[in-house]
Amino acid sequence: MSDAKNMGFSPNEMMTIAASRALKSDDVCFVGIGAPSAACNVARLTHAPDITLIYESGTIGTAPDVLPLSIGDGELCETAVTTVAVPEMFRYWLQGGRISIGFLGAAQLDKFGNINTTVIGDYAHPKTRLPGGGGAPEIATSSKQVYITMAQSKRGMVEKIDFFTSFGHGDGGDHRQRLGIDTAGPTLLITDLAIWKPDPVTKEFTVVSLHPGVTRTQVQETCGWVVKFAEALDQTPAPTELELKTLRDLQARTKAAHQGTAKGKAA
Amino acid sequence: MVKFLPLTEAVAENLHDGDTVAFEGFTHLIPTAAAHEAIRQGFRDLTLIRMTPDLIYDQMIGMGMARKVVFSYVGNPGVGLLRRARDAIENGFPRAVEVEEHSHAGMANAYEAGAAGLPCAVFRGYRGAGLASVNPNIRSVTCPFTGEVLAAVPAIRPDVTFIHAQKADRKGNVLVEGIIGIQKEAVLAAKRAVVTVEEVVDNFDDLHPNLTVLPSWTIAAISIVPGGSHPSYTHGYYERDNAAYLEWDEIAADRDRFQAWIQKNVIESSADDFASRVEHLRKAA
Repeated sequence: MSDAKNMGFSPNEMMTIAASRALKSDDVCFVGIGAPSAACNVARLTHAPDITLIYESGTIGTAPDVLPLSIGDGELCETAVTTVAVPEMFRYWLQGGRISIGFLGAAQLDKFGNINTTVIGDYAHPKTRLPGGGGAPEIATSSKQVYITMAQSKRGMVEKIDFFTSFGHGDGGDHRQRLGIDTAGPTLLITDLAIWKPDPVTKEFTVVSLHPGVTRTQVQETCGWVVKFAEALDQTPAPTELELKTLRDLQARTKAAHQGTAKGKAA
Repeated sequence: MVKFLPLTEAVAENLHDGDTVAFEGFTHLIPTAAAHEAIRQGFRDLTLIRMTPDLIYDQMIGMGMARKVVFSYVGNPGVGLLRRARDAIENGFPRAVEVEEHSHAGMANAYEAGAAGLPCAVFRGYRGAGLASVNPNIRSVTCPFTGEVLAAVPAIRPDVTFIHAQKADRKGNVLVEGIIGIQKEAVLAAKRAVVTVEEVVDNFDDLHPNLTVLPSWTIAAISIVPGGSHPSYTHGYYERDNAAYLEWDEIAADRDRFQAWIQKNVIESSADDFASRVEHLRKAA
């Protein structure tokens, strides 16, 4: 499992960099916190300098020097083209169809790209109460496409999610269209082991590219459903020096900034 | 007319047991000092409304003050879960709380409807999402022009809304800038509004005309509390204390440690203590 480490980068770094490569300069991206935020900012700092990053706190066209801990850190506003009120963000910009990519993470994910971040177990009597959807239920249906990123695990990638926080392709096929949703939904899943795309007909996520050193067996062992692999399976190019340096510098700046405000730790 | 009052009086005059109350602030400008004053005064059976309950509702729920919570994201952004809220929802400790859960879009629209004097909000939301099946306040309407089925949620109308803002002028007009979140709508949707501010200035003559200003006659009381949004932040005054948010995860994970923290930092403290909490977060001029 540690093959990637011997190559000088971690599986998580490969995931973030692979996700960043999927973004283009003309994308308008609604950014979730965590890995999506890291990927979007690596893209902005490398091959997609003009990408428009939007956080749900209302910052449009932001360019933070460090990754925000929350979706409303001050730096997001200070570096944004403009900052709007939250109702405007959801009404005009998201619902109005101005977002090309909604970038989401997941606690639980199924093979059709449906996401649960609400509860593990029964909703009324949860085993674990998770934070919930926030902006995600509408990001998933109003963005033109949805990208998802998560580290693979059997607990996370499950046959059946406990709660539909954000609708992906439902039961697959044309389920979105049958509900009157006219956006494309999840079109890309990037994990720490592979790149997945939905089958054009069934909409089931299929592995199209394995990250360097990763085997089919590893992908299957860390996934709760029977994995489909594309016939022509690619290998994800390893991170370049520039990509790795950009990501690591960003994370080092972020760590220093978040610890730096600790009370009593300044001395 | 708006009154300038010490925070103890502003809270005592405007909040009552059993009230429906919103302490709003979207990551920025969270009215922490006002929430701590409410904890000190020991209100009960509150319905707490907020898009992102955050630390202050974790604290109020942990103190058993909430009968019900209306929210769209019950997490500590970027850090994880709200552990006191979880303990109440999962284990009924220290008391069970009723939960009404929405999405951000649902709550933002509901506040807007409240501010606009409408009975409900209509928007394109919740499609395919499980929330509509567990929250009876998420329903649908059919557009009379196109036939499209849209989501509908009831307007939010708090008895009282608390917010924090940069400054007031001497007449009691209030300026909010930076990430302005949902605060304007939360104030205009409420029967009464209480605002804590960093400072009072003579007038707003030198400000840009498009800044967000809440006129004095929309507000019941203003209290001057420098640092009053810590560990959140006030744009132009001091930075977000991200380390405190990380630290909260450990404090709230343990029932006894939580109680000890509340005793020291809330019960035995006052609104005047907030200024010193943000000293190290003020940027060098």
